[in-house]
Amino acid sequence: MAETPVVIHEHQFLKLKSVLARTCAECAARVVLLVDRDGHPLAFHGDIAGLDTTSFSSLAAGNVAATTSMAKLIGEDVFPAVVHEGERESIFINVIGRSLLVVVFDERSTISLVKLRTKKASFEVGALLDEVARDSELQRQSENSFFAEITDDDIDSLFS
Amino acid sequence: MTFINYASREINCKIVYYGPGLCGKTTNLQHIYDSTAPQAKGKLISLATETDRTLFFDFMPLELGTVRGFKTRFHLYTVPGQVYYDASRKLILKGVDGVVFVADSQEERMDANIESLYNLEENLQTQGYNLMDIPYVLQLNKRDLPNVVPPDELAAELLRKGEPVFEATASQGVGVFDTLKAVAKQVLTELRKG
Repeated sequence: MAETPVVIHEHQFLKLKSVLARTCAECAARVVLLVDRDGHPLAFHGDIAGLDTTSFSSLAAGNVAATTSMAKLIGEDVFPAVVHEGERESIFINVIGRSLLVVVFDERSTISLVKLRTKKASFEVGALLDEVARDSELQRQSENSFFAEITDDDIDSLFS
Repeated sequence: MTFINYASREINCKIVYYGPGLCGKTTNLQHIYDSTAPQAKGKLISLATETDRTLFFDFMPLELGTVRGFKTRFHLYTVPGQVYYDASRKLILKGVDGVVFVADSQEERMDANIESLYNLEENLQTQGYNLMDIPYVLQLNKRDLPNVVPPDELAAELLRKGEPVFEATASQGVGVFDTLKAVAKQVLTELRKG
C-alpha cells in the first residue's frame, strides 16, 4: 500500500461530529461536511435531506483539486477557501491540510458569518485529524491490526 | 488512500480506471452501474463534454458487502483519456488504492495504449506511487471487434509485473466484473498486509 490507511476510531469520530454540530449551529448552516481531499466523506452534521453526500464529497474534492492546480498556475500555493454563491443555497469550502470543511448555507446566514465561524473549527478539526493520522501510523506498525485477521475466505465471500 | 471508520464501521477505497481515449473506461463504469442493485450503489456522476467525452472524471460509489462487520465501499473513478487532459488525470490519481488499465485491443490503438501506460507510470510517480507496488489489473477491452491484436501480443507489450489480465467487451458487460473483482481483491489483500 502506497499510503497508510486512515483509521478513525469511534471517540475521534464523535469529537469530529461534535465540532461539526457546533459549527453548523454557529454558522446557521443547512449542513456541514468534513471531506477528505481524495473525495471520501468523513463526517457530516445537519439537514442532508435530498443531498447525496457521497457524490457531493467527491465533487467537492474534485473542485478543490482543480482550483488548487489553477492556483499553482498563477503562482499561488493553494486557495485556502473556495466559495460558490447561488440564488438560494451557497457553498463555502475551507481547505484544512488533507481535508475540506464544507458548509452549505442559505439566506439565513451570510458568507462573512460562515468564514468567521469556521476559522476556529478549522483549527480544532486540523488538530483532531493530526491525531487520527498519528494513531493510524501507529496502528499500521502494530502487528495486532484488526485487518491482519481478515482471511482469504472473508474477501472471497464479498464476491460470491 | 483507504479510510477505515470504526464508528460507522466502513472501509472506503478508491479505484481508478485508466487508459487511452475511447478505450471504454466509462463503459466499464456504466455497465457496473446498470448491473448493480440500487441499494449497493450511489449515483453515477459524469463530468463530460457536450459530446459525452469525459472532461474531468466519472464517479460511482459501490458497496460490495461486509468484511468482519465492516461495510466495504469502493469509489470508482475514470480519468479523461485524451492526451491534453493530463492535469486532470494527475489529480484523479491522488489517494488511489488500485488501478485498472483499460487497453483498446484494436491494432490501430496500440500506440495509444503504450503512450497511456507510460503516462500512467509517470503520473503515479508524480503522486509518489510506483505501479510495481500498487494493486493493478490489465483489461484488454473491445475483444468483439474484427481488427484486434491477439491477447498474447497485447500482453507482451502491456504487461508490467505479472498482473491479472482480463479480456473484455465492456459494451456487452463481458469481463467487466471479473476485472473489478480482481482489483478489489488486491486492494483488500493489501489492507490486510497493513
